[in-house]
This record gives sequence, structure tokens and C-alpha cells, in this order.
Amino acid sequence: MINQIGAYSLYVCLFASVYLIFKSYISSKNFDKKIDQTFFATLSVQLFMTILSFFTLVFAFIFSDFSNITVFNNSHTLKPLFYKISGTWGNHEGSLLLWLLVLTIFLYIFFVTSKNMNIRYRILTILFQEIIIFGFLLFILFTSNPFLSIFPIPEEGLGLNPILQDPALAIHPPLLYVGYVGTSIIFSASLAALITKSVDNIWASHIKNWILISWIFLSVGILLGSIWAYYELGWGGFWFWDPVENVSLMPWFCLTALLHSIIVLKNRNVFHSWTVILSITTFSLSMSGTFLVRSGILNSIHTFANDPSRGVFILTFLLFLVLLAVFVFFFNQKNFPNTYQRSFLVSRETGILINNWFMMFFLSVVLVGTAYPIFLEVINDAKISVGPPFYHKLIVPFLIPFLFFMALGPNIKWIKDTIQKRNISQIIIFFLCFVISFFIVFNTNTNYLFSTLLFTFSFYLFFNVINSFKKKNSNLSQKISHLGFSIFMLSILFNGILSKENSANMKVGDEINFLNKKLIFENVKVENDSNFKKLIGEFKLKENEKIIHFRPEIRVYSQPETITSEADISSTLFSDNFLVFSLIKNDGFFNVRYQHKPLMIWIWISVLLMSIGGVLSFLKLNEK
Amino acid sequence: MKNNKIFYFVVILIIAIFFVLLLGLKEEKNYSPQSDFKKLNSSISLEELYSGKNIFLNDLLINNELNLINIWASWCLPCKVEHPYLINLNEKFDVNLIGINYKDNLENSKNFLSDLGNPYDEVLIDKDGTKSIELGAIGVPETYLINNENKIIKKFIGPLDLDDYENIINLIKK
Repeated sequence: MINQIGAYSLYVCLFASVYLIFKSYISSKNFDKKIDQTFFATLSVQLFMTILSFFTLVFAFIFSDFSNITVFNNSHTLKPLFYKISGTWGNHEGSLLLWLLVLTIFLYIFFVTSKNMNIRYRILTILFQEIIIFGFLLFILFTSNPFLSIFPIPEEGLGLNPILQDPALAIHPPLLYVGYVGTSIIFSASLAALITKSVDNIWASHIKNWILISWIFLSVGILLGSIWAYYELGWGGFWFWDPVENVSLMPWFCLTALLHSIIVLKNRNVFHSWTVILSITTFSLSMSGTFLVRSGILNSIHTFANDPSRGVFILTFLLFLVLLAVFVFFFNQKNFPNTYQRSFLVSRETGILINNWFMMFFLSVVLVGTAYPIFLEVINDAKISVGPPFYHKLIVPFLIPFLFFMALGPNIKWIKDTIQKRNISQIIIFFLCFVISFFIVFNTNTNYLFSTLLFTFSFYLFFNVINSFKKKNSNLSQKISHLGFSIFMLSILFNGILSKENSANMKVGDEINFLNKKLIFENVKVENDSNFKKLIGEFKLKENEKIIHFRPEIRVYSQPETITSEADISSTLFSDNFLVFSLIKNDGFFNVRYQHKPLMIWIWISVLLMSIGGVLSFLKLNEK
Repeated sequence: MKNNKIFYFVVILIIAIFFVLLLGLKEEKNYSPQSDFKKLNSSISLEELYSGKNIFLNDLLINNELNLINIWASWCLPCKVEHPYLINLNEKFDVNLIGINYKDNLENSKNFLSDLGNPYDEVLIDKDGTKSIELGAIGVPETYLINNENKIIKKFIGPLDLDDYENIINLIKK
């Protein structure tokens, strides 16, 4: 029963989508002066049906209806309710349904909130967005239908991937999806704006809201994924340059560039075609992300399903959308307004342009690192793995000029400014930063000029942003975001040079001494939890008079059987102490890894600060 | 026209990338969860299906050079699919085939075996599924080829197909 409701409502959506595509195409051809009432009605029906279909699946998960094959494959009666619900999008079929849901909700909100925009622009946005929705509907219904029935009805489900049973990860996909899908509106809207010759500053302030929403959700989504990897995978880092992590980072770079260039478009009415190119690229990268994750072309912890027909579908659909965008772009180039604005070298525009260059550079590094192994394997049959050293070597040196320009940029005026005026105070600040950095790096063993420079420029940015809070111009959101970024850089740097690690094989009763610390392995207990068995290690770390207790776990999940290590982390504002242990073959011995990570919590806080900046900017825009 | 050249270049580039990725899809990429258990923990006891006696799994394994453990359930559709292969294996080859009945209704599982034939030398029941988990099962059906020292020679996750069947025969013949 539930399966039928879900599937039929998706078919209704499909019809609504076909109708809207034709309707909006004809309407835009005729240059209609009024928006037909049926648009609103059909969009509402489509939205309602998608919500209905999504909640049908959620209910099937909550009540463990194993007649549904998605529920059977991904759920289990023993699972806690929260993870039953999050199981809805913890699998391929359900996550696509969620994707579709966000697509329709966003289109609806767009339609309702864009009433004062050009009519043909709104209709064309519906057209492009409906093409995307149509593609996803076909994809869901014909290659990954979540509402297939299974008969006879099994008594028990096969469980959800246990490493996905985690609160951070349960809400990580929806947030990331809102970010990804938000870029679809930007894509459709910029194509529509291009055709209707309305790429200008009015359009920019209208679309900036959507860019902000996508950017905020993408940032928080990536943050949650990163936090999850930190304590669940037990590797003790926050970013591993895993292909699927990179795939979410690429649209983020692009979106960040877009967020900056749209400000120029809004204030100065320049950068028209560049903004549109960025919009198209951002969405293409989000779609490629879906393709890479969902097709199984990448080897990664995120690859669940491995069905080539799905990959072929998304890839073909992606090709179609990108080509469509390229055609629209090239055939409407004459529609870009010819507003020549005189620009000067020293101006805010140049600063933002430099930001865009750097974003594009970081983006291409990550793109090459992620895509090149795939290409090489296809062409040459060679398997290579691109790891952190590649990214670090290519990205880190360029952070130095990036930080420098970031410190200067926001203080420069639009159109034309002079460099001379605040030279002396800047040089003093800079010199102070250098001295501080020198002593920090000098006191650790990493005595490199390079890290001194990185520290210097990070501090320089930090103090510049702090300084700018004194000024009364209202751009609080930008200051908070930039403050977030400078704290982010500083905490990564401190974390990088001050982290300490010790790894040893221990058995119960062992004691080891390192770096003035004493680690005692006191006991191992076995306990049963609702759907897993766990080994709990009891450790004691003595440092001078301070004692920290650790209780890391090794979990053996039942359905499906997977072993995960749960690190025990004691966090303070200054540092994290991280302890994880894992099974090794020699009986009674465990591999115990201890890490001391300074300022770890500030990495999360700083990314949150950046996002809060985005939220402030969004709210302020809506006040007007 | 300069723009035209860029246009063709972009289109050709996109199509080229499309084909490379399309080819990339054809490469096999199986994701298998890593497990450190190379040895089976056979020190568990299970009830026998017909007699209800408790039997230690090691007692069944220790006397035979090669053992095949198959985890199945009557409610599991893929188990029906692989059933003929198990029957063939038992008839044609000298391998100790142990069935572990996973989370099943007693009547249903007996009916299943009387309807489709019983390929197993012993059938043990795992009422709540916990014992299968200790063996390292991810789901049903699963089949392990094990020697008498509890070493897992090969693990088959999911229903056996023709390839797996031939694979097992080759391993048995060695």
C-alpha cells in the first residue's frame, strides 16, 4: 500500500513536470505579460506530491515496513528510531528522493519570493528547474525507485551501514543536499537571466540570497562531515582529501568565488559573464559530485551502490545540462549589458578578482587531484592514488599571498583607492605579527621560514580583521566570516605544528612513557548494546599531576557486520586529547594511538563563524 | 570569430570528458568492507534443527579437511536462488556442508528444506541471529569455505552464482 502511494505520487510529479516544461516554454516564447494561474497550482501539486512521497518512505522506515525493498535493505527493527528516520536518506534511493524534495521546495520558494522580478525570467527559471526535476524523476523512477515491493515480506531487514549510525552523519547529508541543490536554482536563474537580458545589479541582489543559502548549508554540511570523520573514523584529523570530501569542497570553492563576484556585480554592475560562468560551473560541480558519489566510479568510504546503469544515466543527464548551459551561454552572449565601468588597479573590485583567481586555483588543484586518477585509469590503466602531500604542496604556499590579499582587500574602497595612506600602521602590525610568529615557530622543532611566513600572514589577517571591527561601516557579516577564516587558518597551523602523536601495541596492564606522559592500559570490558557489541578500553593518562581517563570503544555491529573504532576525545578550549585503540592479530594486544591536538575545537568554531557571517548577510538583505 | 572557436572547444572538451567518464564506469570497483577476521570463531554452540540438541560448531568442523558453512533463512529470497548449487555441491563433492538457519520460524525452515531438498550435513539454528554475527556474517545468504583449523579460505557474500559455484569446486579440488 505504502509503496503504491509513494510511487504514484512520483508519477504525478513527473506529469506535473512535463506539463510545466511545455507550459513555461510556450509561455516564454509568447512573451506572456502575466503569469498563468496554472503555474502556481501545478507547482503546488508537485510540491505536495513530492512531500507525500518522501514522508511515505519515512513512515515505511519508522514502522519497519519490510515489504519495501529500500527499507528491507537498509533498516532493522532493532535500530533506534532516530536512525530509522535518518536511514531514509542514508541510502542511494532515499537520498535521491530527498534531493528531489529539496529541488521542488526550492523552486516553490523561488517562485513565491520572486514576485517583483521580470515575468519571463521567472518562467524561464521554472523551465530550467523543471528540466532538472524531470531528469531526477526519471532517474529515481527508472533506475533507483525507492518504492519497489518485495514478496514474500521478510521478517527482518538487513540493517543500515553502521558507520552511518551517528548523529552528526544523520543530518550531514540533508544539509549538504540543501547546499548542492541550492546551486540548481542559481544555475536555472542565471540561464534565465541571461536569456531575458537581466543579468544586472538588481538580479544580483535577488540571486545573492540563494547563493548565501547554498553557501551556508554547504559549509555547515561539510563541517559536520568533517567532525564525523574526526571522531568516528578514528584517524585523528579533520580533512583527509578523500575524493568524496573533495567533491563537496569543489562546489564550495566555486560558490565562495561566486559569493564574492556577485557582490561586485551588485555594487558595480561589472563581471556579468564571469558571474554566469561561475553559476553554471558551481551547479555542474555539484552534479558531478552526485555522479562521482552515486556511480561508484570512485573508491571511497562513501561509495554505497555500484550500478553502472545509474552512473550512465547521471552522466548523460549531466552532459545534457552542461551542454544546454554552454549553448545558452554562447548564443546569448550579446545579451550581456555593455556597461563599461572604468576600473583601477587599486580597488575593491581588484581585491575580489584576486580572491576569485585564488578560488579557481584551489578548485583546479582539487579537481586535478580528484579527477586525474580516474582519467589515468581509463586511458592508461594505471592506478594511482593522490594523497594529502599533493594537495598540501600545491595549496599551502599559495595561502601566503591569499591571506595577504584577504587582509588588505576589504579595507580598499570601491572604484579607486590609494595604497600609501595607511602604510605605517600596517607595517607595524605586520612586523609584530612576524615577531610573534617567529617566536612561536622557534619554540617548536619545526624551524622553517615557511611556517613562520604562514603564521605571520595568518596573524596579519587576524589583527586586520579585529582592527576593522572598530570601524563603523556596517559590513558585519563579512568581518565575522573573515574573522572565522583567520581563526581557521591559525588553528590549523597551531594544530599542525604542535600536534603530538604516540602509537604503541599494548595489552591490559601495560604502561608506556612518552613526552613526560604516562599512559596506563587498565582494563578491557565487553558490553552489549542494542545493535552492537562493544569492547571498552580503560586508559589512564598521567601528565604531571593531571590525570585524564579515556574510554575508547571498538564496536562490532551486527547488521551488517562491521568493526568501527570510537575514539575517546577529551576536548577543552585549548586542546583535544584523542585516544583510539584497535584490534591487532596477536592475542591480547591492541594498537593504541594517542594524539594531542591543540586548538582542534577552534577549527569547528571558526567554520561556524564563517557560516554565521553568511547567515547575518542573508538576514540583513531580507530586512530591506 | 574568436568566440566560435571557444564555443567549439568547450563543447568538444565536455564531450571528451563525458566519454572518458563513461569508460571509467565500466571498470569494476567493488567495495568490500575490510574485516580483520581471517579466522572463524567457531567456539559457539547452536541448536540442531531437528533434534534440538546443542552442538558445538568446532566439533563439526574439526574432523573434515574442508567445510562449507552456509547461512540461510526461509524468508530470504536469494537463498532460494542459490539452493540448487548447494544441493549439487553436496551430491557431487565430498565437503562437509553446514547450514545455519538465521532468524527463522522453525516450521518455515523445515518446510523450506522438505520442499526444496536438504543439502546440509547438519542444520543448526540461530534463532536471534547473534551467533551468525559472531561468525562475522553481514547478512543472508553468506557462505564460507573453511578448513579444519578454522581458517576462512573464501567468503561469499550474497547468493552463490555460477561463478562462485565453479570457484568453490576449484578450491575443493585443490
